[in-house]
Amino acid sequence: MEILYAFFVAPFVDMASDPIFFSEVVIGGVLTGIMYSLVALGFVLIFKASGVFNFSQGVMVLFAALTLVGLMEHGVPVWLALILTVMVMIALAFAVEWIMLRRLVNQEEIVLFMSTIGLSFVLQGFGETVWGSNVKLLDVGIPNESFEVGGILLNEFDLFAAASGALMVTVLAVFFHYTRMGRALRAVADDHQAALAVGIPLKTIWIMVWSVAGMVGLVAGIMWGAKSGVQFSLSLIALKALPVLILGGFTSVPGAIVGGLIIGVGEKIAEIYWGPLVGGAIENWFAYMLALVFLLFRPQGLFGEKIIERV
Amino acid sequence: MNIKTLMLAAVGGMVGLSGVAATSPALADGEHFIPMLVYRTGPYAPSGIPIANGFRDYYTLINARDGGVNGIKIAFEECETEYNTKLGVECYEKLKNNGAHGAALFNPFSTGITYQLIPKAPVDKIPILSMGYGRTAAADGRVFEWVFNFPTTYWSQASAFINYVAQQEGGLDKLKGLKIAHVYHNSAYGKEANPTLEVLAEKYGYDLTLLAVDHPGQEQKATWLQIRRLKPDWIFMSGWGVMNQVAVKEAAGIRYPMDHFVGNWWSGSDADVIPAGKGAIGYKSATFHYAGAGFKVHDDIIKYVYGGDEAKAKENNIGEVLYNRAVINAMFSVEAIRTAQGKFGNKALGGEQVRWGLENLDLTEARLKELGMEGFTRPFKVSCADHETGGPIIIQQWDGKQWSMVSDWIPTMRDVVRPMIEAAAAAYAKENNITPRDC
Repeated sequence: MEILYAFFVAPFVDMASDPIFFSEVVIGGVLTGIMYSLVALGFVLIFKASGVFNFSQGVMVLFAALTLVGLMEHGVPVWLALILTVMVMIALAFAVEWIMLRRLVNQEEIVLFMSTIGLSFVLQGFGETVWGSNVKLLDVGIPNESFEVGGILLNEFDLFAAASGALMVTVLAVFFHYTRMGRALRAVADDHQAALAVGIPLKTIWIMVWSVAGMVGLVAGIMWGAKSGVQFSLSLIALKALPVLILGGFTSVPGAIVGGLIIGVGEKIAEIYWGPLVGGAIENWFAYMLALVFLLFRPQGLFGEKIIERV
Repeated sequence: MNIKTLMLAAVGGMVGLSGVAATSPALADGEHFIPMLVYRTGPYAPSGIPIANGFRDYYTLINARDGGVNGIKIAFEECETEYNTKLGVECYEKLKNNGAHGAALFNPFSTGITYQLIPKAPVDKIPILSMGYGRTAAADGRVFEWVFNFPTTYWSQASAFINYVAQQEGGLDKLKGLKIAHVYHNSAYGKEANPTLEVLAEKYGYDLTLLAVDHPGQEQKATWLQIRRLKPDWIFMSGWGVMNQVAVKEAAGIRYPMDHFVGNWWSGSDADVIPAGKGAIGYKSATFHYAGAGFKVHDDIIKYVYGGDEAKAKENNIGEVLYNRAVINAMFSVEAIRTAQGKFGNKALGGEQVRWGLENLDLTEARLKELGMEGFTRPFKVSCADHETGGPIIIQQWDGKQWSMVSDWIPTMRDVVRPMIEAAAAAYAKENNITPRDC
């Protein structure tokens, strides 16, 4: 009986007895969730354009941040380093299309997936060879002071990151839904050959989408890199994006943001109110469990396109 | 030659070169062979690089300045583990028989790898030196004949941390009612301090909260929200890698008083605080040696290893906390070999002989002075029964630019820790059918 109370009653009593702290937990979850969405967005973009899960997206986040901080360490001003890094990510998109993707048109999806695994190793090794493996301090001038509003502690950096994420999601959602290029992109995702047959420039689409994914990776890299320093483990942040994708759907930009919010808030509440009952550190696996529960009811994710195949 | 062939050749060349780079001086019959399990790549590379450089530079110094250990050169070879236990065991198997007499000893520099090598050590007759990490119970030399973890262990460190808190609060009796949180990496390593902290909580009456952080620790908001609500008087952290940097930043973010936040000796390197910028100022950590490059041994390394090029030495992490730790670890290894040579003669030695050297190592203040390390770390004497020595710790504090010592050497609570070690060792012996040695 005591156990039942501890699991099913006490956490809710705790939430109700300290609503300010509970609000802080929820806000913390929302802000973290948007950061997850930033990483998940890169996956969504490439999946929409090629139907392939880009295993190297986490490493692209690392590579972009490494390039930025590496240039800054060599005395390049922040604004110029940002422009140069964007150019590097565009160049990477050209290289990926030229060396990898154009040879794999109409191949099985698993072949494309495997090629992105290879790409992740190449990028990781190349990045570390050029910029080194040490932890690098990334300071692009984002404010980082904490302040209280009604007893709730907020941090300028978290708010800035959330605003950047929200802006990026809005721009991308508009782009996909209301522009000609966005529709072309969705057509490519549905069927490479059919898209080619109606005159959609497949190579251009791929270059563009990998470039945008690279830029999204750069924004995610700046936000996460500023928190922990730029280092190899930045690439592991992709693991946090997976449950977001499963929950939100692999093809939906709004899905990435809603999925991020649900995962962010859900894991924080679980960790704080139920974690101590089972020894703590449950947020990682709880995020996956939450995503799997959603999968039971919506296999395509909350906003994903329903898969209908003729047999 | 088309572009594809050219690229393949380039990749092939790089792979070949990396293989060459990983191998150091060629082995000869008359050399001691010391394998080096390193992690210059992977998520923990920022910690692994200064450690690998420290080992490499000290062995190079001994060869260049002294012509080896009593005239017998050291051959060493790096094997990349990426801090991955499986790869570490592969490296062990690959290197254990190298050299005329096999490996002299192994320094795994990973608790996970150490756990895997402990049962192999008596079979292969190669000693394991897990300096301040690994299995704490291995301090009982009666059960763990082949494993050494001097100068101190996680359990001793936790007890010294409590001693430090007591000093700051005005005595052990002032611990009653204090709130102490332990933020730890959710792994065998991270949990090591928990039993000691729990026993001491019962003894001295402080409230202990244990907060686990999952690997790798990139996201810790939930943990620090709990800290914000709990408002502990002191925080002790057993972190590693990115977990440390994020924790320091999060602590600053919730305005926790940084001078009451103390990391263990794996949470107090330069890489742990630099990414947090100004927020890290005031953060403290335990250690068992000094930071900085102000000792004679550093002058010698700059002179003999880097040909006087101080900038190059700095590029290779000289004076950083983890570099210095590796220098000390390499020095322990070399001094154990030297001790063994006192019994077995000035020749290249194998694992069995070096094990004797480790067990009879007596590192005096005078010897530290001769080595150019006076005041760098504390003297100690290993014995058959005590492979740890329970050495004291010292607290260092980050001032935004460098670590400075802010305490005297703090004793560990031997009266509490040693019985725990003996009980854990006895349980291990029973589980593995080991008859303890009579020391």
